[in-house]
Amino acid sequence: MRNIWVICQKELHSYFVSPIAYLLLTMFAVIFGFFFWNSVGYFNAASLQSQMSGQAMPMSVNEYVIRPLLSNISVVGLFFIPMITMRLFAEEKRTGTIELLATSPIRDIEVIIGKWLSALILYGVLLLFSAINFAFLFRYGNPDWKPLAIGYLGLLLQAGGLLAIGTFISTLTRNQIIAGAATFGVCLMLWVLEWVSGYETATWAKVLAYFSVITHFDSFSKGVLDTKDAVFYLSMIFLGLFLTSRSMESLRWRS
Amino acid sequence: MITVQGLTKRYAHTLAVDHISFEVQKGQIVGFLGPNGAGKTTTMRILTCFLPPSEGSATVAGFDVLEQPMEVKKRIGYLPETPPLYHDMEVQEYLTFVGKLKGMSGQTLADRVTEVAERCAVADVRAKLIGKLSKGYRQRVGLAQAIIHNPEVLILDEPTAGLDPKQIIETRDLIRSLAGDHTIILSTHILPEVEQTCEQVLIINKGKLVATDSVHNLQARARGAESVMLEVEARNGALDAQTIQHRLETVNGVSRVLLKDSRDNRSVFEVESLKDRFIRGDLARAIVESGWNLNELRPSAMSLEEVFLQLTGGEKAAEEPSVEEALVQGESQ
Repeated sequence: MRNIWVICQKELHSYFVSPIAYLLLTMFAVIFGFFFWNSVGYFNAASLQSQMSGQAMPMSVNEYVIRPLLSNISVVGLFFIPMITMRLFAEEKRTGTIELLATSPIRDIEVIIGKWLSALILYGVLLLFSAINFAFLFRYGNPDWKPLAIGYLGLLLQAGGLLAIGTFISTLTRNQIIAGAATFGVCLMLWVLEWVSGYETATWAKVLAYFSVITHFDSFSKGVLDTKDAVFYLSMIFLGLFLTSRSMESLRWRS
Repeated sequence: MITVQGLTKRYAHTLAVDHISFEVQKGQIVGFLGPNGAGKTTTMRILTCFLPPSEGSATVAGFDVLEQPMEVKKRIGYLPETPPLYHDMEVQEYLTFVGKLKGMSGQTLADRVTEVAERCAVADVRAKLIGKLSKGYRQRVGLAQAIIHNPEVLILDEPTAGLDPKQIIETRDLIRSLAGDHTIILSTHILPEVEQTCEQVLIINKGKLVATDSVHNLQARARGAESVMLEVEARNGALDAQTIQHRLETVNGVSRVLLKDSRDNRSVFEVESLKDRFIRGDLARAIVESGWNLNELRPSAMSLEEVFLQLTGGEKAAEEPSVEEALVQGESQ
């Protein structure tokens, strides 16, 4: 446990002394701020319209603002995740520091979990920036906080899975660009798989769609904690970290 | 302290290390010598549990590298060929991080960081980013990193590569000062380094161990034949180096005369004797009797360099070559 934290701290240090963390945070804050502004603007216009037309339809902030925004974050996250994970192992391999880790009395799995955890924490900090925007909804409106909390949990779980896969891909190369591009490709693929369910209802399409990370985020964005979806993300995390540990081991036998 | 038995490492198509066996006693400094690509780094990586051996076994402080890697890793300090440094960390942070990796913590670690920083002469750059340090400092931070947990065994892969002469001397002194408390294996392809730092030498070539001996014995092995440096000066008039060379060649027991340098009236020769012949007296007499000045005459011990070339100089040289043969081969390389 202690070793995991030692590695995690070191990685967080790397993120925050380099411009990476600040660049990601700024980009995310700007992009999400824009989404938020749009979404609230749309909500205002719609509610004004509904009042004018006389049908005082009850409009829920959760339903019309928070839910689509959470889905937006989950998609935007796909673009940020490769940037977070690409350096994790590729950099260590390029500079040779992997030799230090591999010859220290620390288990591979501790290194892997430490690195993955630091990536997840950085992603968590990104999410905090989106929370600043949501705070305004609570200041001026009266949304329900529980669906939002579950939505965030879903985002963390989804990111955890993708980050684990990104970590794995980072062990495969010593080139950060390759690691980043490959992770981006995989993330994107895992997103668009869901599209087949739009026109096809055969079993193969259902299976494909099942593997899409977006499908499983639906329930979370609605504020529903569905075990089935949570288990999907958890297995993805497990699979990613397992592949990483296999890959680390094979490095030794191959190199 | 270190026992290696029939160690072999195969990569896809190459045999990097071929059944080598050796032992290193506690407190010794052992030089691991060989041309580039001889298998030094591979052997060191196996000893540090970075790579598993294909065959054979290696134990460090009584622990097998395959069976109990954690125990081995706790007892080893390793400086790879490129020091494993994080360029975005300050020296102090980095050493603290490595100390934590090795299982140290708290005040013990803080004290130890200060101690090794001073010992490796990096205390004055403690608060600097590693990425901004010069090569010499980086190498010393690498060394500090290797000794932070006071390991029983130190494995240093070309610790002086890329340093300037002054830094090389400082690094060697540092390494020598570490002997005694630590058992040290250092690899190098620079021979004087071994002559100056190590007690024991392992010479490896193409994955095979070709010699294991003390530096002293290895040098003695190359002797037997005497080699003398001579400077001769003409007393009057121009001097014909050819004439002197011919005269020297006729001295009893001389096997070979090499003209090293000829300037103004002075000529420098390297003269080698036949095996077990002492020629210095005869040479001096021959020169003086010819009416020349003998400015300098000194025995030149055969350096480890020649032994090394003799041992790694291919198949023919490996089968007990005569010294002359070894020298000719050495020069042609």
